[in-house]
Parts: sequence; structure tokens; C-alpha cells
Amino acid sequence: MFHDIGEVLLLLGRTLRALPQTARQGRKVLEQLFEIGNASLLMACLLSLFIGGVLALQTGPVLAERGLHHFIGQIVGLSMCRELAPVMMAVLIAGRIGSAMAAEIGSMQVYQEIDALRTLSINPVHYLVLPRLVAISLALPTLVVFSILVGWVGGALVAVTNYQISISLHGFVKSLGNGVEVMDVVNGLLKSLGFAVAIGAIACQQGLSTTGGPRGIGRSVTKAVVNSIVVILLLDYVFTRLLMHLD
Amino acid sequence: MNASPAQGVRLEVRGLTKSYNGRPVLRDLSFTVERGELFVIMGPSGSGKTVLLKHLIGLERPDAGEILLEGEPVGPPETLGRHRVAMVFQSGGLLNSLTVAENVGLYLSEHRLKPPAEIRRIVAEKLALLGLEGTEDRWPAELSGGMKKRVAIARALVVEPQLIFYDEPTSELDPLIAVTIGRELVRLNRQLGVTSVVVTHDRDLAFGIAHRIAVLHAGRFLALGTPAEVRAHADPVVRQFLHADFAFEPHPTPEPVSRLP
Ligand SMILES: Nc1ncnc2c1ncn2[C@@H]1O[C@H](COP(=O)(O)OP(=O)(O)O)[C@@H](O)[C@H]1O
Ligand SMILES: [Mg+2]
Repeated sequence: MFHDIGEVLLLLGRTLRALPQTARQGRKVLEQLFEIGNASLLMACLLSLFIGGVLALQTGPVLAERGLHHFIGQIVGLSMCRELAPVMMAVLIAGRIGSAMAAEIGSMQVYQEIDALRTLSINPVHYLVLPRLVAISLALPTLVVFSILVGWVGGALVAVTNYQISISLHGFVKSLGNGVEVMDVVNGLLKSLGFAVAIGAIACQQGLSTTGGPRGIGRSVTKAVVNSIVVILLLDYVFTRLLMHLD
Repeated sequence: MNASPAQGVRLEVRGLTKSYNGRPVLRDLSFTVERGELFVIMGPSGSGKTVLLKHLIGLERPDAGEILLEGEPVGPPETLGRHRVAMVFQSGGLLNSLTVAENVGLYLSEHRLKPPAEIRRIVAEKLALLGLEGTEDRWPAELSGGMKKRVAIARALVVEPQLIFYDEPTSELDPLIAVTIGRELVRLNRQLGVTSVVVTHDRDLAFGIAHRIAVLHAGRFLALGTPAEVRAHADPVVRQFLHADFAFEPHPTPEPVSRLP
């Protein structure tokens, strides 16, 4: 456990030091971005639409009963951008992309592709880890922006059409606009950037440290996903506390 | 760079020792491979051949001992730089996400040593050298084991190595292709003057191509010398390894079925 954390931090350090090389790996960053978008955009939108809707459905009637309809936009708006979108998208990406990264790098390790890279004087951190980490750090916050917007739409749809809530679209948007500030969105994006770095570093480190043949790949993938999700939830608490102080 | 043939380098190993989890795999190995020599290391599976090669090319750190190229210690592979060294992995080690041409040209493209058109030309030339014309756009997964190995050799040659390691170049190949690859190793060794270290448990290959042979067993060299010297070696384990064959007791011929009374 502590050994893994140390290894992840070490890899992260080496990747950050390689950051100036990113331009050279531009093509690979684009490939990774394309892959991430392809694998997760539709799923992210669907998930966010329903979460936004459920959020409105759960809170709306309670608020309406007490004559507080005009808070519903604010509640949906804030929960999506500060908490739900960053955490959900991070968990989704850990499951879909973190697992794929660990599997791909893990199989490269098992089938001596990484040894081959090293004998060609190609640094695996530059060649494999850097483009993946950069791509996921760009992709996850972008995905979170999508998720927030779609979540708001989902909330609005439910709030406007549900007879127990029955607020006008104008009223929902106004409530959301009054309650959500730019800083709230920035908050969520900063969080998601942290999650992205954690997912990428954990997945790549698990992949690189794969041993024991093809069965080892499965082990690495499971560990990458489980560890990522645990770290996402821990970091979420820490970031939330930190960002509260900043406000 | 292309005009001058690569000059082989001298490899010296002193007291190389390595254990994994307290289990010794290499025990105090010392030997020298001369410039341009074709040195074969034979040994049964699990005797430490791959581990030895990984040390020689700097992928693993020894517990004790030294590996010197022209007198300079072998560092981590990222800093091998001074001498060009290449390795052909047992299963090829081709990157599955790249085409054959991208694999072969990887060293040049990744280090930006040549413009793309020049890389294409060199790749085609090396592929042709190994009888792989026209495979540029295929994926490793579509190739047979023998083709993968030849692609891996082509990729190693692009480095213009002064020292090249082959890990079981003929395992998993049918005898005909094995012979072709063996011939290829000898031709490359003679033509380019590359120092070559070949690890194998293929007796025919070893005695067919080697200048000198070492027999590795349980992390030690039981024998080291010219093919004739090793063949005449008295050690019972060496003799058993070199002379084991399929000639068991002759089977009694089955009784004819049509024995009518
Ligand atoms: N990274 C490692 N960790 C632990 N044991 C290893 C490692 N690499 C190789 N070994 C062990 O070293 C011994 C020699 O392996 P190897 O060199 O692959 O044999 P071969 O001669 O068949 O190539 C084997 O028993 C293997 O289990
Ligand atoms: Mg081996």
C-alpha cells in the first residue's frame, strides 16, 4: 500500500519533469484524447442527464412543499458543478480509461515491449506515461464541463415538467444563475484536474509494475481501478476542505 | 553513417552475480566476447539465459560484478549512447500498437535522427535484407512467429549496432526458418562485423554458427570454448545436455493383423 503510493508519487515526479517534452509527443496526446472522448463522451452525457434529473426529482417536491421552489435551480446547479460532475466523471474515467491504460501498459510490460523500448533508448515515461497523463488531465475537466451543462439540462427538464415541482424554465434558470458563481465551476474543474492526475498516475504505475504474465495484467487492472476510486473519494474530501478555506 | 560498416565492440563480464528473492540465478560469471565474435550461450530452460542478457544490455542491475563495453561500464539503457547496442527479444518484443514499418523505424523516428522519407527508405532496406519486402503496413498480430523475429532483427539493425544480443532466435520456429535465421545471423556478423551474443537451447544452431560456445547451467558456465572443445567436454551434465536425443529402445514392430489360421 505505502509502497504503491511511493511508486505513484515517484512516477508522477518523473512525468512532471518530462513535461517540457510534451510538444514532441503531441500526436500521441491527440490519439489518447480521441480515445478517451470516444470511450466516454456518450456515457458521460447520459449519466449526467439522469443524475441532474434525479437530483431535481429528489429535492424538488420537498422544496416545493415548503414554498422554496426558487431554490431548486441553485441546488441542482451547485451540486452538479461542485460535487457530482467531478466525482462521477472521475469514477467513470477510472473505470473506462484507467483500466484500459493499466491493461495496455501492463501487457506491454508482460510481452517485453517496454524492455524493447528501453533497449532502443526510448524512455517509457516519455513515450507512454507522459502523453496519457497529459491527455487525461485535459480530457477529464472538459468532460466535467459537459457533465455540468448536461446535468443542469436534466435538472431543468424534470423541474419544469414534474407536476409536484412545477417551476417555469425561466424560474429555474434564474435560480441557477443567482446561486452558482463562476468560482463554483472553477472549483469543480480544479478538483477534477486533481482526480485526473491521480487516475493517470495510478493506472500507469500499475501497468508498469505488472509482473507474472497475463494473469498479472488482470491484477493490475483491478488494482488500478480500485485504488483510483479510493483515492478519488479521499482527495474529494481533502479538496473540498481546502477549497472551502480558499472561498 | 551508412557507408562505414559498424565496428564490433568488446564485451567483458566480471563476477556477474544475481539472485531473485534469495534464489541465485547467476553465480559469479566471468567471460569476454571479442570484437566481431559470434558467441553462443547454451543452456536448458530456466538456466538464466534471459536474465544474463538483460544484465548485459543494462535492463537489470547486477547484485555484484561488472559489465564492460570497450572497458566502460554498461549503465542504464537510456545512457547506453556511447556504444550502439541492440537486442532481439525472445518473442520479438514488437510494439503491437505500431505497424511493422513503424516498429522498424521507431529508433530513428522517436529520436528524430532522420527525416521521414529517409526513415522509410532505411526501413524498406532493412526489411528487404531479412526477406520481408512489402510487409511495411502489416500489424505484428498478423505475422507468424518467424516473421515477428525477423522484424525484430530488422528493428535491431536500424540502430546500426556494434553489439547485438539475440534471445532464442530460433525457438518456436520450424527447422527451415530456423536455418534461414541462423544463416542471417552469420551473414550479419560477417558483413557488418557486429559482435553477436546468441542465447539458445538449439544445439544445431549453436554448433552451426558459433565461434565459441558457453554452456550455462544453474547460473554457472559448465563449459566454455570452441564448438570442438565443448563437444569433447568431459562434464557429465554437459554431455547429457549436448547428446540427449530421441533414440530410445527400438520398438518391437507391431504384429501383423492378418494372421489367419
Ligand atoms: N524478475 C524476476 N524475478 C524473479 N525471478 C526471476 C525473474 N526473472 C527471472 N527469474 C528466474 O530466473 C530463472 C532464470 O530465468 P530465465 O533467464 O528467464 O531462464 P531462461 O534460461 O529460460 O531464459 C528462472 O527460474 C526465473 O524464474
Ligand atoms: Mg529465456
